[in-house]
Amino acid sequence: MSEQVTIASLETGEIATIEGYLNEQISQSRLVEMGLLPGTPVRMIKKTPMNGPVEIKVRDFYLSLRMRDALNILVKK
Amino acid sequence: MTPVSAMKKQTGEWVALMGNPNSGKTALFNLLTGLNQKVSNYPGITVERKMGRAVLNDQCQVQVLDLPGTYSLTPESFDERIVSEEILSWLHGPDRPRVLISVVDASNLERNLYLTSQLLDLNIPVIVALNMMDLVKQNGNPVAPKKLCEALGTAEVLHMSARKNWGVEELKEVIAQVINEPVHGKPDLPFALTGPVRSNLVHLTEFFKKEFGYSPRFSWAQALRIITRDSVLDGYLHSQVSGVNLDDKQVKELQELRDTSISKLKSQGIQPQTLEATLRYRWLDSVLKKAGKPKVEILDRSTTSEKADKILTHPFLGPVIFIGLLTFMFQSIFAWATVPMDWITRGFAIFGEWILDTLPAGILRDLLVEGIIGGVGAILIFLPQIMILVLFMTLLEDSGYMARVAFMLDRLMTKVGLHGRSVFPMMTGYACAIPGIMATRTIENWKERLVTILVLPLMSCSARLPVYALMIGAFIPHKKVLGLFDAQGLTLVIMYLMGTVTALVLAKIFSFFIHQKGQSSFIMEMPPYRLPLARSVIRQVILRSKLFVINAGKIIMAISIVLWFLVSFPKLEKTNENRNPIHHSYAGKIGHAIEPFIKPLGFDWKIGIGLITSFAAREVMVSTLATIYNVEAGGKDVVLLTEALQEDKDPQTGELLYSPLVALSLMVFFVYAAQCMATFAIVRNETNTWKWPFFMIFYMTALAYLASLCVYQGGQLLGFS
Repeated sequence: MSEQVTIASLETGEIATIEGYLNEQISQSRLVEMGLLPGTPVRMIKKTPMNGPVEIKVRDFYLSLRMRDALNILVKK
Repeated sequence: MTPVSAMKKQTGEWVALMGNPNSGKTALFNLLTGLNQKVSNYPGITVERKMGRAVLNDQCQVQVLDLPGTYSLTPESFDERIVSEEILSWLHGPDRPRVLISVVDASNLERNLYLTSQLLDLNIPVIVALNMMDLVKQNGNPVAPKKLCEALGTAEVLHMSARKNWGVEELKEVIAQVINEPVHGKPDLPFALTGPVRSNLVHLTEFFKKEFGYSPRFSWAQALRIITRDSVLDGYLHSQVSGVNLDDKQVKELQELRDTSISKLKSQGIQPQTLEATLRYRWLDSVLKKAGKPKVEILDRSTTSEKADKILTHPFLGPVIFIGLLTFMFQSIFAWATVPMDWITRGFAIFGEWILDTLPAGILRDLLVEGIIGGVGAILIFLPQIMILVLFMTLLEDSGYMARVAFMLDRLMTKVGLHGRSVFPMMTGYACAIPGIMATRTIENWKERLVTILVLPLMSCSARLPVYALMIGAFIPHKKVLGLFDAQGLTLVIMYLMGTVTALVLAKIFSFFIHQKGQSSFIMEMPPYRLPLARSVIRQVILRSKLFVINAGKIIMAISIVLWFLVSFPKLEKTNENRNPIHHSYAGKIGHAIEPFIKPLGFDWKIGIGLITSFAAREVMVSTLATIYNVEAGGKDVVLLTEALQEDKDPQTGELLYSPLVALSLMVFFVYAAQCMATFAIVRNETNTWKWPFFMIFYMTALAYLASLCVYQGGQLLGFS
């Protein structure tokens, strides 16, 4: 089985496609309602030091997420 | 909170505005109704339901309802719950809107249309207002409204821009048309449910149809929604909406049906949490394809906002710029306001002299000059400073910068038990705690929201500004410190910092004791930077200034009049033993009675009276002192408060009464003291109990007393006077 890559591991500027979610978390429902579904491309915009929130671009908008949520979203590079 | 049911519903025809946060609903609401609700470039600025009247044409007027923005009808935060409760009240009550206006940020079609697709299930005609078309047209390739309308199955789709005021007249015409057409909703969901989904949801759907009388389409939609998360079920179980009263049997049945559906779906490899979103987005993709939206990914195209953020939210530069902006703001409050403040002071002095010259001597003249002009005038002087503060705050918000501040500070805020979203309410607290406390509704987690509310009044609001400004103006010299900062501006910054830092420390302490319910996340949209619109900035400055002046006009005038009587009576003749009759007035007696308690803080009886009156509103401190000095002076002239404070001497020792140390002690007291009744009334409303407001009054008063004591006694020990 190949290594599971999450949004958190993307470098700034890198584009990847959402594969799914690692665990069931409450935040997941809101994320899918905002359109972060499997097959949706995302781009890493900004990471902050000390595992602070990250900013991504998805569909036509910019979204900030905490590291814990970013670690829960699986992507394919 | 006022439940929807308790609010008086308007009779007659009405329409509702719905859309994502920051899609421009309130801007459109203002254009339709001519009202002045606050708009801004921060997601979640509207946190309550608001009604206004719109004139559509000569024959037709409707009521318009503005609701908080939401991404979905499934609520996550308190402001979103207002929307889902509103919708339940339409389904279970007699009254529902005739038309829904789905306000859509056209630069962000897919995510915005998700909510539209949910609205279409309600069997109410939906007009899609594609807002912000000015921005889309710049980037080329807008979708064709007609095609989108057909593909979605809405009543109408039109282009508009609330910002540029395009298309609003057309929208009014369309509303007037659609409102008179018969409703012809489609009986089924627009997307097909697969066999296993259908068979696992059919019992829930039947329940909704049979028990609540929902339409087939909405029953299916609600069945899909109730399995996504608990908040939908809670909406039924703990509903404050009249008409939604489930009996025990219904509760049990609904819970059982839901549990069964969820576990069956899971056993067949279908995720209930993401089912609705998957189906709707798949459908929307096909809709947009039909409408001709090019499916080109523009992910790697950097927008201007993104480029600006390279600097503005830079890990190191970002916070430096933020602190720089705040320092500049507080310095400017002093630097820019001096000239207009002089004008106001002179204006009141001239007005007072004119009254002294025209009216005959007597009680009426004394009351006017000493009580009203003295008291109210002393407060209105601070209007320019408040306008500058509001101007800065509005610019920071409208530009979209505030969302970045939330992003940058989320890490720090989490460390002290708060949330990135706490930043905006707390910064609003610099203007006034009341809108700040309301703005905490966007914080999803109850614990983080409560802690934010508890510490928010420690953010120095604009009502403290007059007190700081008076004391700084009178006792802090106007000179440069470290060659760069003005001593007066710096003192002000220190006061604001003290409140802010204490708020953060206390948040950390409080969060140890308050139980955390549920998880916390920080999922926040970053709005694009926009040039603030002059008309909306000016409107906001005028609105807050008006509030300040009206407050001065009502509360402060009333208190000034009452106080004037208390200070002036009983009238005693000036004799040798009794050189200062004011000591024996009613107010003097009250002040002297509490003097022993506040003496250790460096305060005399005059400040004591001010501390009592300022429980109504903080700035009353200033008008109280002004009234006392004016009465003491005997109404020969309008007294300049700054000079009166600087020159006031102890009648026995002849020493100066007030010193920079007393001024500091008083300012520190005001940083912490619980003084504004309206704040605690709002906290009672938002937390639904008196427990928290009483707790706040207790801790803030204790903190104020101790801090002042330390400043005054410590200062004296160190040899300051």
